[in-house]
Amino acid sequence: MTRKSNIVSQETNSEWLAGLYTSHKTRSRQRTIAVMLVRAVILILFIGLWEAAGRNKWIDPLLFSFPSRIGNLLLDMIRDGSIWSHVGMTVGETVLGFVLGTLVGTLIAALLWWFPFVSRVLDPYLVVLNSMPKVALGPIFIVALGPGFTSIVVTTLSVTVIITTLNIYNQFREVEEGLVKVVRLFGASRLQTFRYVIIPASFPVIISTLKVNVGLSWVGVMVGEFLVAKLGLGYLIIYGFQVFNFTLVLASLVIIAIVATVMYQLVTILERRLTGGRRER
Amino acid sequence: MPDHGKLRLHNVTHVYVNDGGASLAVDSLNLTVSQGEFVSLVGPSGCGKTTVLHLIAGLLRPTRGEVTIGGAPVTEPSASVGYMLQQDYLFPWRTIQDNATIGLAINGKLTPASKSRVRMLLQELELSGTELRYPHELSGGMRQRVALARTLATEPDVMLLDEPFSALDMHIKLQLEDLVWDTIRRRGQTAVLVTHDLAEAAAMSDRIIVLGRNPGRIRLALEVPEELRRTAPMEARRHPSFQPLFERLWEEMDIEDVAASVVDARTERNGQHDEKV
Repeated sequence: MTRKSNIVSQETNSEWLAGLYTSHKTRSRQRTIAVMLVRAVILILFIGLWEAAGRNKWIDPLLFSFPSRIGNLLLDMIRDGSIWSHVGMTVGETVLGFVLGTLVGTLIAALLWWFPFVSRVLDPYLVVLNSMPKVALGPIFIVALGPGFTSIVVTTLSVTVIITTLNIYNQFREVEEGLVKVVRLFGASRLQTFRYVIIPASFPVIISTLKVNVGLSWVGVMVGEFLVAKLGLGYLIIYGFQVFNFTLVLASLVIIAIVATVMYQLVTILERRLTGGRRER
Repeated sequence: MPDHGKLRLHNVTHVYVNDGGASLAVDSLNLTVSQGEFVSLVGPSGCGKTTVLHLIAGLLRPTRGEVTIGGAPVTEPSASVGYMLQQDYLFPWRTIQDNATIGLAINGKLTPASKSRVRMLLQELELSGTELRYPHELSGGMRQRVALARTLATEPDVMLLDEPFSALDMHIKLQLEDLVWDTIRRRGQTAVLVTHDLAEAAAMSDRIIVLGRNPGRIRLALEVPEELRRTAPMEARRHPSFQPLFERLWEEMDIEDVAASVVDARTERNGQHDEKV
């Protein structure tokens, strides 16, 4: 740092700064490349070891299968097109589950905010419902709604709605009091307060709840499909398990991993779109 | 003072009731502010200054007594009374322009004409060019000016100022005092300022009301000399009549503090209602 004295021309100084910046950029790029490389090596090592272990019978190939077999099965399923109806079904159920779950949860939260009396009355019931494992209600939904799409979506909703309601209602109550005061001072009605302050202030939380619900919906859909489905990735897993075809089970898991990741990334992009421009102070 | 004030408090009493009990915050307050007058309320913390302002704004209903503006009793907040808060409380998700027009939007008065009026207002407050920016991109002084624009946008004829300068740096605070003073005078608005800064009260107002604490009562009303009233706040602080006025206020607050501490020592009270809504 003592390289430069006080009497230094503007020119050399800015060159020096530019140099420091360039070397910083180079270093950070190198670090990024190193991270990617190590990631790729881990993946290749994992798949390679698995393949070798399966082929050489170090592990039971009937139970654990191996990557080339899984890959072949996947290719077959893509070639004969049978995979798409399963993916379509499960994705449909999941998307409906997390979108509806978030909407219904927000609606109930709005109701609780609007009627504080109702919120006080319902408080203990919500706590009980929240601590209960709601997928256990699955069999009841199946009997009541018939086996199929509807009961699977309702099972999914049972997982997402209560926790969404609690999270969003808490957010509603934590909205900065000063902001509420500003609109009240302009004579805003309760509906206007909700529309101009409560909802926009809670928007980031609602979107992040949507993200949490993507994960929860997968749980609900899997349980629902395990119980009743004739179509879907959860059905494929259960079917593979019943006929002892673990290659099929693992292939389904690979598809789930890919589809779930894509879905999560899409919601993240949506989140960035919707909350872009604004930042908390 | 003339009889027909713009703003009147008749025997206003306010009691806060909560789980901790009931406590008297303001006791039988009578106050008349005439059209275009600028009145400051000063007093120790816990004297109910902010409560009085909330009562005038209609955020609180007096437990006893009545508040009237232009002869009509105040029952709820309305856009004809402007209120500036201690912090700017701008909406982080709205642009500056949309922040300034929110009062108009709430009252269904958002028209092209009113929008262009707000744009002029922002210009007048030296905020042109920021219309499409977001609050987090602005400095504290600019943000408080946006809050002022938001308050003025609905063209209120009464302005209530709740320590709007207390969160700002000294030199920005002085500039903003001048700006607010000038804006209010030019519009002929009636104003009530709550502050704990005696110099600010002396520099800005026509009349200064000193409140005693627990419960809030008027201890003293001081008329500001004519020559100070006509001078803008920054200039007023250098005026020869400023120092005597300031010292008079200072003395009064000192007596009040001593009296209060004697009272406090004798009876433990659960005061500090001043900050509550």
